[in-house]
Amino acid sequence: MRGLRAMFDTSANKKLVEVDGLKMYFPIYTGLLRRHTGNVKAVDGVSFDIMEGETLGLVGESGCGKSTCGRAILRLYEPTAGSIKIDGEEIADVGFDKLRKMRPTMQMVFQEPQASLNPRMTVAAIIGEPLSEHSGKSRSDQLDRIYELMDAVGLNRDFANRYPHEFSGGQRQRIGIARALALNPKFIVCDEPIAALDVSIQAQVVNLLEDLQKQFGLTYLFISHDLSMVRHIADRVAVMYLGKVVELAPREDLYADPLHPYTKALLSAVPEPDPVAHDNANRTILQGDVPSPSNPPEGCNFCTRCPSVMDICRKIDPEFREVRPGRFVACHLLNDTKMPAEPTAAVEA
Amino acid sequence: MPDGGLPSVLDVKDLKTVFRTRRGEIHAVNNVSFHLEAGELLGVVGESGSGKSVTMMSLIGLLPMPPAEVRNGRVMFEGQDLLACNEDQLRAVRGARIGFVFQDPMTSLNPVFNVGFQIIEPLRKHMGLSKSKARARAVELLELVGIPDAARRLGDYPHQFSGGMRQRVMIAIALACDPKVLIADEPTTALDVTIQAQILELVKELRQKLGMAIVWITHDLGVIAGIADRVMVMYGGQVVEQGPVRELFANPKHPYTRMLLETVPSVTGERAERLQVIDGQPPMLAQSPDSCPFRARCPLAFERCEQENPKRVPVGPGHDAACFWDVDAGAPRDV
Repeated sequence: MRGLRAMFDTSANKKLVEVDGLKMYFPIYTGLLRRHTGNVKAVDGVSFDIMEGETLGLVGESGCGKSTCGRAILRLYEPTAGSIKIDGEEIADVGFDKLRKMRPTMQMVFQEPQASLNPRMTVAAIIGEPLSEHSGKSRSDQLDRIYELMDAVGLNRDFANRYPHEFSGGQRQRIGIARALALNPKFIVCDEPIAALDVSIQAQVVNLLEDLQKQFGLTYLFISHDLSMVRHIADRVAVMYLGKVVELAPREDLYADPLHPYTKALLSAVPEPDPVAHDNANRTILQGDVPSPSNPPEGCNFCTRCPSVMDICRKIDPEFREVRPGRFVACHLLNDTKMPAEPTAAVEA
Repeated sequence: MPDGGLPSVLDVKDLKTVFRTRRGEIHAVNNVSFHLEAGELLGVVGESGSGKSVTMMSLIGLLPMPPAEVRNGRVMFEGQDLLACNEDQLRAVRGARIGFVFQDPMTSLNPVFNVGFQIIEPLRKHMGLSKSKARARAVELLELVGIPDAARRLGDYPHQFSGGMRQRVMIAIALACDPKVLIADEPTTALDVTIQAQILELVKELRQKLGMAIVWITHDLGVIAGIADRVMVMYGGQVVEQGPVRELFANPKHPYTRMLLETVPSVTGERAERLQVIDGQPPMLAQSPDSCPFRARCPLAFERCEQENPKRVPVGPGHDAACFWDVDAGAPRDV
């Protein structure tokens, strides 16, 4: 099957990450007997591919499941269902030993540089930890590699024996990035890597991530709630709402012509740093709050807040399908044209 | 000093706040002067550590002293100098004539009291309303800030509200005594964009209805562009530039403001191949305030920036900047 699929895949790019029907439920136990009474459906059936060398932006509001999705893809959680292939290897259900051997290819940069760096370890020890765990290099080789990584992320070698608290937020994030790069990964999940940083430092870190991508041919899943930064860094963008991807499109298409009502509302809610634009802005202001992922509404997850909700939306969950080449949307509004159901790649599996 | 015809409701002059620490003094606020006109919204922008919150806390004596010390300055509000007031006098101002909204509504609301109690408390204390009158006013306030089913929700506790709703409750508390000035410290930073849009819309509405003056502290230039009348940019404990919002965004005169505006990507318009960066790290406030705080990161810095700290000079109508370099002329300024 894979051979056939590869034959038809004419694009030069190879799929590095293939996520299909990923579900991540967290059980809720209540009562005296701690009975399993429900699930928090943090990620509820997410499918997408990431090409080699590409940056896929994953955006959404807090609680939409974007971070959980990123963690589940690296098997930092045990996914409830679905398949995750990284570089052709299924990782959703492999055993611990095999998974551990695959860890060097996939790494993560976390949101809070403060919380993700051990305050009792020096910078060299932090960056060197993956090396001593996985590489089997001698100590002096490890130290060479640590210096090399510090150079790559723009940290002064003289600071190798300092502790994380001696660095500013931006520098700490550089330490986190150097650690992620230590084992020459192919794929890095960046989970809100700039959210905790100041505006003037955010740009520095984003530029660094872009440089490293070019230099080492990295593939990123860039998780963020900052739509303007994602527009800058991502090649394609997936928008999540309440555990599901509602729209997935190439960057320019998504920002110029969003198709899903949620994407439209989200983009129009971003305040532009331009007072003139604000006066002319025609905003869609969503009413209400995001429903609880433990009790999502029937039908489309967005039906409780959607400005163009129809009857069907409250009954049937719209299918996530390719409505134009390369553009995937889950919305009934785009289904009325009744296009013949083509077997698309996403549906195939 | 007010330069328009409007009287200022709040006039801050040469405010200087230091923190005494074991490692020496931290110059958190350094000779900050500004005024607030009746009914206007002043946006205060700056990165963390730029002194924007400490400035506002100093005004109304909310800083722990020691280690903080307000060393100099005058804060005129309704004919009295707030810095010369004693605790009782300040208490009559805080929460009554000057209202506050803080960043994180979860930590600024008391989790063990229901929201009704927290709204009613200032009404009883400051305005001396009876229980039933205060309760009626509380319902009115919750309705004003757009909380549905207000009468029933008075009995709910903060954790029963969502983030956006909690911030609405905070705004209701701040507005309870009909303040003349509202100080909002990063009120939408903890919120999602769609919820932020709701709160911004609410604030615009409330301004029209109630007409109070607002100081809005944020690091988000987008938010400032949308709601402020006038903007004050802070860096390293100082005001580096101040001007009407359109003028400041169109003609920034301080190198920091310029670069800051360039580093922020946008969701519309041209997408830059590479983001502009401001090199270097945010300033250490422990350093002496005798030179320009931005000099280490400034591409235009020259000798004088090391020797003196620039004062704010007028650069346009109602617009001033603290920089020795005239960016338009491309030469040092003669001051």
